Amino acid sequence: MKSASPSLLTYAVIYLIFLYAPILLLPIFAFNDSAIIALPLSGFTFDWFYLLWETEALHQALYNSLTIAIITAVISTILGIFAARASARYDFPAKRGIVGFIMVPLVLPEIIVGVALLVVLVQLGLALSSWTVIIGHVLICTPFSIAILASAFRNLDISLEEASLDLGESQVGTFFRVILPLVTPGIISSLLIAFTISLDEFIIAFFLTGTDVTLPVYIWGQLRFPARLPSVMALGFLMVILSLMLLLTAEYFRRRANRLSGAADTDKGLF
Amino acid sequence: MPSDTTSRDTLISIRNVEKHFGKVTALNGVSVDIREGEFFSLLGPSGCGKTTLLRMISGFEMPSAGDIHIGGEDMSEVPPNLRPTNMVFQSYAIFPHLTVAENVGYGLKKQRLAKAELAARVDEALALVDLDGYGTREPHALSGGQRQRVALARALIMKPKVLLLDEPLSALDKKLREAMQSELRHLQRTVGITFVLVTHDQEEALTMSDRIAVMFDGRISQLDTPEGIYKKPADQRVASFIGVMNFLPAQVTSASDRTLGIDVAALGKLSCPQDDRFAKGDKLKVGIRPEMLTIVYDGEKAEKNSVPAKVADIAYYGDMTYYDVVFGDGSHSASVSMRNTAGRPILPIGAMTRIRWGPESIVLLED
Ligand SMILES: Nc1ncnc2c1ncn2[C@@H]1O[C@H](COP(=O)(O)OP(=O)(O)OP(=O)(O)O)[C@@H](O)[C@H]1O
Ligand SMILES: [Mg+2]
Repeated sequence: MKSASPSLLTYAVIYLIFLYAPILLLPIFAFNDSAIIALPLSGFTFDWFYLLWETEALHQALYNSLTIAIITAVISTILGIFAARASARYDFPAKRGIVGFIMVPLVLPEIIVGVALLVVLVQLGLALSSWTVIIGHVLICTPFSIAILASAFRNLDISLEEASLDLGESQVGTFFRVILPLVTPGIISSLLIAFTISLDEFIIAFFLTGTDVTLPVYIWGQLRFPARLPSVMALGFLMVILSLMLLLTAEYFRRRANRLSGAADTDKGLF
Repeated sequence: MPSDTTSRDTLISIRNVEKHFGKVTALNGVSVDIREGEFFSLLGPSGCGKTTLLRMISGFEMPSAGDIHIGGEDMSEVPPNLRPTNMVFQSYAIFPHLTVAENVGYGLKKQRLAKAELAARVDEALALVDLDGYGTREPHALSGGQRQRVALARALIMKPKVLLLDEPLSALDKKLREAMQSELRHLQRTVGITFVLVTHDQEEALTMSDRIAVMFDGRISQLDTPEGIYKKPADQRVASFIGVMNFLPAQVTSASDRTLGIDVAALGKLSCPQDDRFAKGDKLKVGIRPEMLTIVYDGEKAEKNSVPAKVADIAYYGDMTYYDVVFGDGSHSASVSMRNTAGRPILPIGAMTRIRWGPESIVLLED
């Protein structure tokens, strides 16, 4: 391997500092024994976490966020399974166009999605609630689910399904005994990713939430009160840890999915 | 040696089957009867429709026209999972998330056997393919040859009427392939199930099969025993696909009720049994295998079926030597193979010699 040029290396280091320094500040001030976010540090404390524990409104926001994230994850994964299976196995007119269209929200600015949905929902006369947030989140999470699941389904060797039928198993039995076990890691990965995206998402939630605010919207509201800043830091720290754990688990399952279906592919000899 | 299965009943009857994929014609009117208990091979070059025909027998493809009966029953409405056939896939299609034993027992699940009986059946099937004790292994920890055996055991445990094999040996190296060829042959005799093998390897088809269907462009060109196919190829394509064949141009000089007089450019006039494909004046090719031509050495007396020739090239194979020889005026050549027996010298390039042939080993082929 060639060693990187000094200027590139400097660029990479600066980039990483900009990316991660703010996140590193979270734990530092989350445990700092002072209401003011400034150096020097004045001491170690768990008070801010304790404060979180005491705040009723926060609990409600957390509850809202978790329900929304779970429902979003389930719906977008189910939609993802159908779309991924269809795009991997069947040919239909304008397939590429349709699949491309479904994937568009992946690159659409969330503010546009948020505003557009708001206008439509208001026109339809729907009251803003957790459900309207779920609609918005499903819209942006489904493309991720499809992307993850499509690779799981595409890697599935069709002769495995045929072998199952050949051995006397029905279509339904084949789905449960062969297809599902082989794509399960992909499904878990999709659930976790969609859950994480929904949990962290702010803009769409901000537009579409009614009185039941989600966690990110709650945090944004708290920023107006400087005294609460350290506890927001503590909350942010917890969310980073949670997201990280979810993403790592999702990645583990995604790789497992690839390995499972890769092993089915004798031609590539991946073992 | 092939076993004699001529008296057996027809198990699979394929009638005028066609298959079109859009504009591509994969099968163009195939009719064949496959007999009970025989080792039947579909042989042909890539793309001739072998896999398509096999997949129709198994039910994964439906004929565009024509019909298929297995055991007298029309298969047009029968899905793959209800057919009395099992398949060994080219990629083996071993379920990666199941152990070897779970793979082998996969198809028995429907029968709701007691645990002990299921295990016994699986062990029996594994023993049949020499994989005793491999039940708990994971598929990814198996070699190519072992996976192939698992695929075989998984199909055989179903006790199908027909076992379909799509180029099952093509992923194996030469040594293993040859070993598996004789094992498969042996296995087929042991279990007595009809085997239908797809291959593009003519040697494999010749050594294993009771009968071979040679396919070109979606049709069966010839259906015969290995010996029949080798000795009496039906046309030039079959002749050149199976083994090595010398083609020499010839013309019919006389045709009577009994005999056909032909004049072969390099070998001279000869007389053959009457053949109604040809009439007087027709141009044709005679085919003759390299091992049916012999070099006449000094000291041996020149017999009547021999012509002068010159050695143009030599390929030495240890037990055999292949000579490229040029006849008389130099416009025709042939390949001659000689066994290297004791005391038989290898002729140098440029040596003048005589080539002898047996008239009975000549095949007449339409031009
Ligand atoms: N699903 C399909 N869609 C379109 N064309 C197909 C399909 N399956 C096969 N064909 C075409 O039909 C023809 C016969 O294919 P088939 O797979 O039966 O050949 P084969 O004799 O098994 O060849 P090989 O030795 O390469 O496996 C080929 O021209 C192939 O391209
Ligand atoms: Mg094929």
